[in-house]
Amino acid sequence: MSRVVPGSTQNGATTFASSARAASLRRSSRTLLTYVILVVFLLIALLPFVAIILTAFKTPLELRDNPFSLPQVWHFENFTEAWEGARFAAYFRSSVIVVIPVVIISMLLSTMSGFAFGMYRFPGDNILLLVILLGLMVPFEAVIIPLWQLMGDLGLRNTYWALILPQIALSFAFGTFWMRANFKNMPTELIDAAVVDGCTTWGVLWRILFPLSRPALLSLVVLLFMWTWNEFFLILIMASGDQRTLPVGLALLRGRYSANVPVMAAGSIMLFTPVLILYAFFQRSFIRGMIAGALKG
Amino acid sequence: MDSAFRRPFQAYLLLLPGLVIYALFVLLPIVSTVRYSFYDWTGFSDPTYIGLDNYAELIRDPDVLKAIGNNLFFVIFYTIIPIVLGLFLASVMSRGRLKGMVIFRTGLFVPQVMSAVVVGIIWRWLFTLDGPINTLLQAVGIEPRAWLGDFVFAPYAVGAVGTWVEYGLCMVLFLAGVQNIDEELYDAARVMGANAWQQFRYVTLPGLRQQIVVAFVLTFIAALRVFDLVFVLTNGGPGKQTLVTSMLVYEETFERNRAGYGAAIAVMLAIIIVVVSAAVFRYQSRQDAEMV
Repeated sequence: MSRVVPGSTQNGATTFASSARAASLRRSSRTLLTYVILVVFLLIALLPFVAIILTAFKTPLELRDNPFSLPQVWHFENFTEAWEGARFAAYFRSSVIVVIPVVIISMLLSTMSGFAFGMYRFPGDNILLLVILLGLMVPFEAVIIPLWQLMGDLGLRNTYWALILPQIALSFAFGTFWMRANFKNMPTELIDAAVVDGCTTWGVLWRILFPLSRPALLSLVVLLFMWTWNEFFLILIMASGDQRTLPVGLALLRGRYSANVPVMAAGSIMLFTPVLILYAFFQRSFIRGMIAGALKG
Repeated sequence: MDSAFRRPFQAYLLLLPGLVIYALFVLLPIVSTVRYSFYDWTGFSDPTYIGLDNYAELIRDPDVLKAIGNNLFFVIFYTIIPIVLGLFLASVMSRGRLKGMVIFRTGLFVPQVMSAVVVGIIWRWLFTLDGPINTLLQAVGIEPRAWLGDFVFAPYAVGAVGTWVEYGLCMVLFLAGVQNIDEELYDAARVMGANAWQQFRYVTLPGLRQQIVVAFVLTFIAALRVFDLVFVLTNGGPGKQTLVTSMLVYEETFERNRAGYGAAIAVMLAIIIVVVSAAVFRYQSRQDAEMV
């Protein structure tokens, strides 16, 4: 064994001092190595985005240059071209029209159901929970054909409701589990004490449960926003023309824009910026939610 | 508590609005999809009941086998390589508190929050014949090629993008996990004469068990479900070299007007995903029980 075991060196202070120095040297070289690896992988993760952002300001002729070189002239026309010519204004509008009701309604409905599952015992609760668990696992591919028909039957085809309602329904499954876990972790002693002190149900909700639930609600909102904003398959099938949201609009760019990388880069920036801004502020909520969500979905 | 939250009536009332929407737009369609999978149906005509014929065709359909095979091939890139990369980082990592962790964690996780369409658009451009990757490779003497259009290399190129999306997730998970392993376990292992590999094998690996399970679930299901990334990168091509199961559902249903058959493939995909999730979920809850 070549390594020095602390405490096993008994032949004098010098050996001990040198072994301590060796250990600290080893530790700092290890720290350095860790940082080098982390920086390399961080760059690999981020540089493609840097390249696409720079590309959005270039002309197609500059594409053959180093992707990390700065544009000779910063061409903002790519953005106006994407916004107007490639109809990204319409796609952006659709995205906003869809994401706002999905996030708000899903949040309300799953807070209610999570509350019911987390705080009450009632006949059939476990079966209902299992049924909702199913919604966490099925892909949209498995429901899309009947959904298409259903929207026709309900007269909702070619309306935004055809894009909104299915996403609320699937978000409800995740949200229910998320909020149920939140309410299950509430301090029951505190609630009991408040009730004994004459606090009403409404008071318990508003003064104790709501403030304690804020972190879970925040995570839920940012995750639902990201998932809805980035949803592809459902929109691809259900939406046409200007009703398409940004991901589908970008993926289906046709005609003279389909080969215009700078315009597509500008469109990409329009698509990812809102999520990235939210992520920059709430990265902890994103990461926590996506990782914890794994165990349920 | 008793007086406030013991009335089932209130619970049902709270559940009702969400459940109605869920039943209408998820449950009912699931049931219908399963039903359609027993029919010969174009999507417009009157469906004809054909029993298990769709399933009998499915297990012999070379396209289905190819698509599932591709999904499993992508598991190597989505799941195995990212977990190995993450473990490599965990094994050489310094045990002490590292500064600037927030920056690394935030940055490494960025590909996870990005739309797969954006990821696809970026990499499609990076991989083009006169694109940045070929320019880079030419500098070290490798012939340029249209990687995503190449019969042999397209699956690897798509897989590499999958690795790029998922490795940060594994690293973030394992970074957090390693820092939670008790430093004394490593000291004890060293005292007992454990070398670097043994420390990894008997301290780091068991200490990361939870995180490895999470990484496995997330990336494995991502590999099974992948649609948008492939749609943008290769649309399943060239030929059927990068065809995946979800894309086959799409093609059979909406391009070949075989909605009944598409439904059968969708049911198969959903069953695989549910079985994998449920298996890991059960394994996980057993572990939780053990830890108590």
